Amino acid sequence: MKNQESMTMESSKNQKGAGSGEGKLARCLLIGISVLFLLIMLVFPLVEVIYRSLKEGLKMYGDALTAPNTLSALGVTLIAAVIALAVNTFFGLCAAWLITKFDFRGRQLLSTLIDIPFSISPVIAGLAFIMTFGRMGWAKPLIDGVNDLFGTDISLVFSVPGVVLATIFVTFPFVSRELIPVMQAQGSAEEEAAAMMGAKGLTIFRRVTFPHIKWALLYGMILCAARALGEFGAVYAVSKARGKTFTLPLEIDALYMAGSADSITQAFAVSSLLVIMAIIILILKQIVEYRGKREQ
Amino acid sequence: MYVEMKHINKNFGDYEAAKDINFGVEQGRMVALLGPSGSGKTTILRMIAGLERQDSGDVVIEGKVVNDIAARDRGIGFVFQNYALFRYMTVYENVAFGLRVQKEEKQKIHSRVTELINLVGLEGMEKRYPDQLSGGQRQRVAFARALAPNPQLLLLDEPFAAIDAKVRKELRGWLKEMIAKVGITSIFVTHDQDEAVEVADDIIIINEGRLEQMGSPMEIYKKPKTSFVAQFIGTSAVLDDFSGFKGFEDLPKGKQAIVRPEFVEAFKSDNEKFKSLMHATETGVIKDIAFRGSYQELTLEVNGILLSTNRSLERRPVRVGEQMCVLVYRVYILDETDAEIHKNQLLKGVDIEAL
Repeated sequence: MKNQESMTMESSKNQKGAGSGEGKLARCLLIGISVLFLLIMLVFPLVEVIYRSLKEGLKMYGDALTAPNTLSALGVTLIAAVIALAVNTFFGLCAAWLITKFDFRGRQLLSTLIDIPFSISPVIAGLAFIMTFGRMGWAKPLIDGVNDLFGTDISLVFSVPGVVLATIFVTFPFVSRELIPVMQAQGSAEEEAAAMMGAKGLTIFRRVTFPHIKWALLYGMILCAARALGEFGAVYAVSKARGKTFTLPLEIDALYMAGSADSITQAFAVSSLLVIMAIIILILKQIVEYRGKREQ
Repeated sequence: MYVEMKHINKNFGDYEAAKDINFGVEQGRMVALLGPSGSGKTTILRMIAGLERQDSGDVVIEGKVVNDIAARDRGIGFVFQNYALFRYMTVYENVAFGLRVQKEEKQKIHSRVTELINLVGLEGMEKRYPDQLSGGQRQRVAFARALAPNPQLLLLDEPFAAIDAKVRKELRGWLKEMIAKVGITSIFVTHDQDEAVEVADDIIIINEGRLEQMGSPMEIYKKPKTSFVAQFIGTSAVLDDFSGFKGFEDLPKGKQAIVRPEFVEAFKSDNEKFKSLMHATETGVIKDIAFRGSYQELTLEVNGILLSTNRSLERRPVRVGEQMCVLVYRVYILDETDAEIHKNQLLKGVDIEAL
């Protein structure tokens, strides 16, 4: 996002400053700074990850990826990401709909509440979950009651459901934040027009609202998924069992912290997995952005 | 009465959008809700449509109270201010939407949509998207779309506001003709009195959430019932005290008066036609002459007050600074809320209309 902004800024500068020596110099300087910054902050570290992961040969790389702990972490990460994505897409749509299409007391407050995960450190969120749903937490009897009633054995902290909850919390704002400006700009006149012609809520959403928001929705979902895959802090607070509830970022941390040369290489190998996922997401994001823009 | 509003009240927080609104619209009429912006006229329209719910009072359509009937079940066509066309659908799909929602047969939908597109003169544009149309064409689509499900009542919110002034006049005539052709009862909201006068059979004037007056354009123009209507309709000068004028000596002191250009006559002192009325005239000096196309607008200073009158181009030419005899036939005297007409006392027994 940032990157793109600076690029469009540069291109507009390009047109204005073309010809004048000063403009040219400024342009070169800005490009130079940006490129240098990106190289140091992004490209070198990422290349390092790939390089390190492959340093001990492909066999080592493959072993690291198929280790039981890695596979377990991959599974937990994917479960958490998929559930968080589904839940947040649904609630994000609901929240954006509520905030943009209805006028009610406390709308501003709700809009602010949605942003809380952006402003609170994820670790605090994780700790808050422990305090609420953990052994000492006030909601613990509630969960016990549910477990007694259905004969289940659900636990919300130090377990996969806890990881999922923490991931949901951290990634909650992405979908609604992408949707709200688009839906606000659209207003509700088209929906009202559809209603005046006899259409019901679901038809209105499917035929009038959805075509308008689909690219923003997809974009929000991509951001949400990216963040869900990479989340560390909140998950770290509620997940303590390696091989059971660890996600990929936690597994990488554990491998790296083990300190042996092998485990560090393994850490980089697992990291490369996340990097590859990130690159796939980045490409998807570019495609969605491009198609969304073209359709406007 | 086809549509009736009975004791309608509506507040948005502290803002009173409707205060005890009562009116009825007969079947087949075209009625304008006219008022300044923020007067609550759009809210009234939206309450009839069911897009807004009144705090108290009844909306009655065809003798049935529809308060608890949702907008989608009221069977009303609505043309929105900016048309609110579905931008991801073609012209054809826009018009077909209401029919598709009602699960009409494909064949039926096709013939109805074609019929409407022909009616509004958009043949050949079926495959275009709204952003490929001009403002006037969009209005036509919005109109066709609203009519497609065969509503018994058509509501239009500022139907001409989104169109540039040049085309607006032409479209007014078009819309009036279309509505007459279809024969549908319609209510439209506007802040433009020319538009209301030209298009509507009846005008309802709304100000600050209150219904000021309802009547034919002529009635509202000639017999304004409230001081607001007297000032809002037509061009008029508001004067603080008029009792110094000849023929108006018995006017109550300290009340505002409204003088419209057509209440004022200015003529040269040797004018034979007005000879018998000389005793009722004041002397005025022409301060300004503005050419208005088919007539001139004269601004005259009389007793330190500026009055204006329209002068036909067929009459003798006048120039700025010239002394004229000025005759005021009548004025509106404003009360707190009411407007009352006062005639020139010196013209008693004179048949003014015969002049």
